[in-house]
Amino acid sequence: MNPFSSGTRLRDMIRAIRACKTAAEERAVVRKECAAIRAAINENDQDYRHRNLAKLMFIHMLGYPTHFGQMECLKLIASPGFPEKRIGYLGLMLLLDERQEVLMLVTNSVKQDLNHTNQYIVGLALCALGNICSAEMARDLAPEVERLLQFRDPNIRKKAALCSIRIIKKVPDLAENFINPVAALLKEKHHGVLITGIQLCTDLCKVSPEALEYFRKKCTDGLVRTLRDLVNSPYAPEYDIAGITDPFLHIRLLKLLRVLGQGDADASDAMNDILAQVATKTESNKNAGNAILYECVETIMSIEDNGGLRVLAINILGRFLSNRDNNIRYVALNMLMRAITVDAQAVQRHRSTILECVKDSDASIRKRALELVYLLVNESNVKPLTKELVDYLEVSDQDFKGDLTAKICSIIEKFSPEKIWYIDQMLKVLTEAGNFVKDEVWHALVVVISNASDLHGYTVRALFRALQTTAEQESLVRVAVWCIGEYGDLLVNNAGMLNVEDPITVTESDAVDVVESAIKRHASDLTTKSMALIALLKLSSRFPSCSGRIKDIVVQHKGSLVLELQQRSLEFNSIIEKHQNIRSALVERMPVLDEASFGGRRASSLPNTVSTSNGTAVKLPNGVAKPSAAPLVDLLDLSDDVPAPSSSGGDFLQDLLGVDLAPATQSGTSQAPKAGTDVLLDLLSIGSNPAQDNSVSTPDILSSAQDHKPAIASLDVLAAPSNMMDLLDGFTPAPPKPANNGPAYPSIVAFESSSLRLTFNFSKQPGNPQTTTISGTFTNLSSNVFTDFVFQAAVPKFLQLHLDPASGNSLPASGNGTITQSLKVTNSQHGKKPLVMRLRIAYKVDGKDVLEEGQINNFPRDL
Amino acid sequence: MHYTVCKELNSVILSVSSQINFVCLISRQGKVRLTKWYSTYSQKERSKAIRELSGVILSRGPKLCNFVDWKGHKVVYKRYASLYFCICIDEEDNELEALEVIHHFVEILDRYFGSVCELDLIFNFHKAYYILDELLIAGELQESSKRTIAKLISAQDNLVEVAKEEASSLSNIIAQATK
Repeated sequence: MNPFSSGTRLRDMIRAIRACKTAAEERAVVRKECAAIRAAINENDQDYRHRNLAKLMFIHMLGYPTHFGQMECLKLIASPGFPEKRIGYLGLMLLLDERQEVLMLVTNSVKQDLNHTNQYIVGLALCALGNICSAEMARDLAPEVERLLQFRDPNIRKKAALCSIRIIKKVPDLAENFINPVAALLKEKHHGVLITGIQLCTDLCKVSPEALEYFRKKCTDGLVRTLRDLVNSPYAPEYDIAGITDPFLHIRLLKLLRVLGQGDADASDAMNDILAQVATKTESNKNAGNAILYECVETIMSIEDNGGLRVLAINILGRFLSNRDNNIRYVALNMLMRAITVDAQAVQRHRSTILECVKDSDASIRKRALELVYLLVNESNVKPLTKELVDYLEVSDQDFKGDLTAKICSIIEKFSPEKIWYIDQMLKVLTEAGNFVKDEVWHALVVVISNASDLHGYTVRALFRALQTTAEQESLVRVAVWCIGEYGDLLVNNAGMLNVEDPITVTESDAVDVVESAIKRHASDLTTKSMALIALLKLSSRFPSCSGRIKDIVVQHKGSLVLELQQRSLEFNSIIEKHQNIRSALVERMPVLDEASFGGRRASSLPNTVSTSNGTAVKLPNGVAKPSAAPLVDLLDLSDDVPAPSSSGGDFLQDLLGVDLAPATQSGTSQAPKAGTDVLLDLLSIGSNPAQDNSVSTPDILSSAQDHKPAIASLDVLAAPSNMMDLLDGFTPAPPKPANNGPAYPSIVAFESSSLRLTFNFSKQPGNPQTTTISGTFTNLSSNVFTDFVFQAAVPKFLQLHLDPASGNSLPASGNGTITQSLKVTNSQHGKKPLVMRLRIAYKVDGKDVLEEGQINNFPRDL
Repeated sequence: MHYTVCKELNSVILSVSSQINFVCLISRQGKVRLTKWYSTYSQKERSKAIRELSGVILSRGPKLCNFVDWKGHKVVYKRYASLYFCICIDEEDNELEALEVIHHFVEILDRYFGSVCELDLIFNFHKAYYILDELLIAGELQESSKRTIAKLISAQDNLVEVAKEEASSLSNIIAQATK
């Protein structure tokens, strides 16, 4: 043995690392150790291999890279002695995971160890396999594990049972091989074997309907008997926890009975008595007892209905809910959430207690309770519940406000009995927590306000009052500014007073003050400022006395560094200065926003109508549609002041519109001018017969456009109004244009490596916004043919994924062909969470396997 | 996360059923003392998970409940002296039982080390892992008897001792022979 190559002992290294005072010192120590270990690995040092691996594990735990030690694990596992194998397997489980290819190399050693004469070595191999085996290993080693289920020593049988769980989770097809051996395990007396056998049985039932049927028929009575014996067993010191014999076994038995009883009246009947006994006899003064009761309640709620048992269960939950232990209250809330589908009435009885839990000091409990309250709301209790929640919003923690606000808004929207209540509640929320209100929520509020014509005055006055007290909540400011712009006249002359209101006196300049302060506020973002500018434009026409002042404010922003604001103020200024005659028409009150189609837009299924600007305006939730006038005026100005050469005029149009116009290929040019006129007139949305009325410049542009019929025509085809607005409004992203049916989403490059590119195109069926059909196109960027091409995708739980077969499994080189495959993704959290997907692509190049993996985070939002 | 595979016409969907996803021990200073992963997480996800969780758990007051919601899972934790024992379980699992599993583990450690402290677990971290491996496999409980686990561990420790003695007597013989 060479004393110089050995380095320090494990203990000394840990001491040295602990003695480090700074992270830099620690890194230095670790670097030195790693260098020594690498040197030892290169020398193929045998004597200190296990010590080096132990050190590496410690270093790994500190978060340093240790991949260079992976092969050492394999060498240790392959060595004959128990101590080496023990540390080797430990290292394997810590340093590797199932995705590393190195793991495949260990399969043979594991197989040998599973057949080893030393049962502890068999145990080590089973443990490692159970913790990290991959699907391939599971397939290769399943027969060994299955055989070990009948091993003489119970400690190996139990390990084999848990190992089997991993195997059937990785390869469900293998489930049927395990059904028979497991049935034997269920009859055993050894608690370890029973616990693991029952667990395996439960997992088998989950992956295989045949297994479920088999165990239901053959094992239900036996399991009920086992549970009865356990419940009535005398004191057993080895398994006793708080006076209960083996609560772990209790819980697993109850879990399996739940699986067997669900949806089967006979099996449920067979277990009724014992469940009643557990529910009534279990001591509930210690955690272990409560854990059993909790499991028992869940089983009672899941199996086929038995009125008496359900009452017992609900009573237990009631007791839990009033418990002073936070843990018990937490699980009670959890359980009530599941019970609500079974017995909503019983849960409603605890409403006031649950509401108290929303105000608990413990964030975990608050969150649970809030989710439960959300499920409890219905038409009859929405008013008092919302009042409680809104009141609590004032005093709640900052980090809870986001969740709370979202839930309140959702409740208000879903259950509001009348418009005035909706508006009142939303205003309260905006005042208290406007910064937490999502865009689509206040957009919806604007739509509702616009539709409630008898409440316009009331709303604008209420908003005005609210702004006097709080101006920090962004979305409150936005809604207020929009309403003042639209209904400023009602604010000033107190029109449409309701009985419940106190009259207020607001002068025209007060109203302008409010909007001005919104635009001057430092905290205001671009959207708010843009909305304020539009509101000012509107007010300039509504309040002639303030017109001059408004013009000054607008002019101040002509120098704004933000392009959007600069452009707006230039445009608006020219409207105020030069186009008095059309101004009043331009800034008319918004037509009533169509609730139905707005709702439709929110559900991402746009109807295919963009024929009129009204149609567009309708789909925009806020004041966005108003600027529809602006771009036109801009155009008019241009053709008025600078008679552009006709050719560039057309280009300009195109540029300005930001429409990606393909070289115009419109036939039917004779109709083009007319179509162009329509578009323009629609944009202006001025009255019935505007062509004559505002002759200032429209003809101009028309005549210049005459030479460019195709451009205008395609402009019409492309439904330009909304594109224009897209360019000019800078508000919320304007709704994506419906290309054919359903909204179109831009296609994305989902994955690109040096050799492969995958692009996704998206489409949705109208009326089914949750589901997206993705068509994926694979292109080979390398100069080799790919064969055995397999694409796999994984999604988180809130998504459901369905893959259709691919168009082929070989991919020609250099992009000379593609494989297409379509995927269907259903997003259960549609609108809340965007899609994410992980993908794995396997193929062969010249007979060599290649695996590529990636994650897609750049899905368009709203999918 | 589960992978959906489609080869030709039969598509296989694997869904993860309930189990313990990982176990970790974190000191009050946020140092990791033990981590064991039963579901597949990449190294990056692992360190991120630990970082996030220690932030959440260490900042919670003493009287609050022992559960935190975390990314669609639940983390059950309990503090023993300077160490937080954390277990990440699935949404439908029994939180109270997870607390019992933690306590079970602590009692076994206590029995093995003789009133265990953080230092024991630092210097003998591999032993703690061996004990955990006798308690859990594949994220499922393996044994409810503390005595059985103690017996199995000491039997294996003995095997190691015997092998060590053999090795040292062997090297003595070699040393003698080559003198």
